[in-house]
Amino acid sequence: MTLERLREIVYEGLWNNNQALVALLGLCPMLAVTNNAINGLGLGIATLVVLVVSNVLVSLIRAHVPREVRIPIFIGIIATAVTIIDMVMDAYMHTLHGILGIFIPLIVTNCVILGRAEAFASRNPVLESAVDGLAMGIGFLIVLVVLGGMRELLAQGTLLDQAELLFGPTAKAWTLHLTDNPHGVLLAALPPGAFLGLGILVAIKQWIELRREERLHAQPQAENMPSHEPEKA
Amino acid sequence: MSNNGNLWPPAGAPFTHADASVGKVMMQVQIASILPLLVHIYYFGWGIAVQWMLAMMTGLVVEYAMLHLRGRPVKPFLLDGSAVITVTGLTFCIPPESPWWLIVVGVSFALIFGKHLYGGLGYNPFNPAMLGYAFLLVSFPAEMTQWTLPSAVSGHTLSIMDSMIKIFTGHLPQGLIDQVTGATPLDHVKTGLHNGGTVHDVLSHSQTIWNGIAGHGWIQVNIAFMLGGLYLLWTRTIRWQYPVGFLGTLALLAWIFHTIDPAHYAPPLFHLLSGGTMLAAFFIITDPVTAAATPKGRLIYAMGIGVLVYVIRTWGGYPDGIAFAVLLMNIFVPLIDQYTQPRVKGYSK
Repeated sequence: MTLERLREIVYEGLWNNNQALVALLGLCPMLAVTNNAINGLGLGIATLVVLVVSNVLVSLIRAHVPREVRIPIFIGIIATAVTIIDMVMDAYMHTLHGILGIFIPLIVTNCVILGRAEAFASRNPVLESAVDGLAMGIGFLIVLVVLGGMRELLAQGTLLDQAELLFGPTAKAWTLHLTDNPHGVLLAALPPGAFLGLGILVAIKQWIELRREERLHAQPQAENMPSHEPEKA
Repeated sequence: MSNNGNLWPPAGAPFTHADASVGKVMMQVQIASILPLLVHIYYFGWGIAVQWMLAMMTGLVVEYAMLHLRGRPVKPFLLDGSAVITVTGLTFCIPPESPWWLIVVGVSFALIFGKHLYGGLGYNPFNPAMLGYAFLLVSFPAEMTQWTLPSAVSGHTLSIMDSMIKIFTGHLPQGLIDQVTGATPLDHVKTGLHNGGTVHDVLSHSQTIWNGIAGHGWIQVNIAFMLGGLYLLWTRTIRWQYPVGFLGTLALLAWIFHTIDPAHYAPPLFHLLSGGTMLAAFFIITDPVTAAATPKGRLIYAMGIGVLVYVIRTWGGYPDGIAFAVLLMNIFVPLIDQYTQPRVKGYSK
């Protein structure tokens, strides 16, 4: 795998083809559990691990899978990975596991994972598939944490509340109380807040893209044109 | 085909022309809401006037900022008065003595998320004022349900300074006990019935609060809204199907249930004259952008709101259900319009 290919895969996963902001996949867990940053982080990590494991396994067996039955086979692999994660979280992060509840087993049906298995891992070598799983998973995780943080801040005025559930008792002090104002915007913690928050994040991404494109088109004569013209000719 | 091949010769004069513009319609609505505003001030004090000023300033700033950000010409859109109507509608819905940030947040949400993000006036599927109200009610339930009591009930009259101090600092001026706000009549009835009382018990609990029919002050404000609404009907600013469909359905349902079990269901007049019934009937559900547009559709739309308001008031979790009823029926407007298209002259259906 060349460095260029590596950069391309990472860029696709984190930004250009971000599964949460561009593909809009995995909306159900994303909207349901992101009422604070730690919940988002917990589900994000679980999804990330499942994604890497399933991508590697699917890529390993890609030559031996008959096309007609590939989907059940992928789902079998994903379900196995999810079951392992589910049991590990139940054992070591019992409270967080309880909070995330049904959304851990439901990672099986998360379209991000099946989508990457089908679109990438089943057509690419193992190492690239692993990197793809990692990049896509981190891209998804970042959105979960940012969305959770936004909603937590608006609804409770805190950040990283209940960090001890994920990082142990020492993390209890990590919680930031940014305001003592009791008037949180309750709506942010409710389902409409999740939709509004995600909409705002998608809009911000689009806005950044548009700005970048405008800047590229604004100065073609100054920089781009002279260097490109000889190549064309 | 004798008319030189002109298939549709123009009809002769005189033509009647509706001469309506967004600005004119909005101005009529604003005129019609002056009477309710005065009645409201008379019974509930100056709080609403302070809130209205706050709301107007917020509205202007938000409109200017959003139009500027969207790259739209500011002046024509700012002067068409549509934001003023949203602002006025929302102001009537929030408690007069609520903290200043409540109306500021509500107006900003209504205009930004209810109107501009959908593409501005004419493209918003949901009534912006009701969206702002629903947002406030769900987000800040405590602040939204403490209504100023009419001075005849609380025994206190707040001066305009008192109201401003309460709105901006949250504290009552020295010498006033904290008894100037309380639950609304609709809230009272809901809690009373929930605690096992009968409608008769609750309504006759205190003659000063209840007037025997609905809440003191609330009746007068509702009648003022009705008079304002009749003015709008007379100037043909709104169509008759909205108030008739909505009020008729609400009264009919209330009458049916009250006849079956008078102890547990409030009489029709109570429903017609309390809460935001008349405000909704003539000023809210008549919004030309978000309401159904065909004649039959208007009736269906208004009747749907009537049913939902009664259901939410009687069996729902919130004391008044107008905002949620309007928003729910807004969702059905495209469907209603689709299936109630009138027959075009000259074509079979």
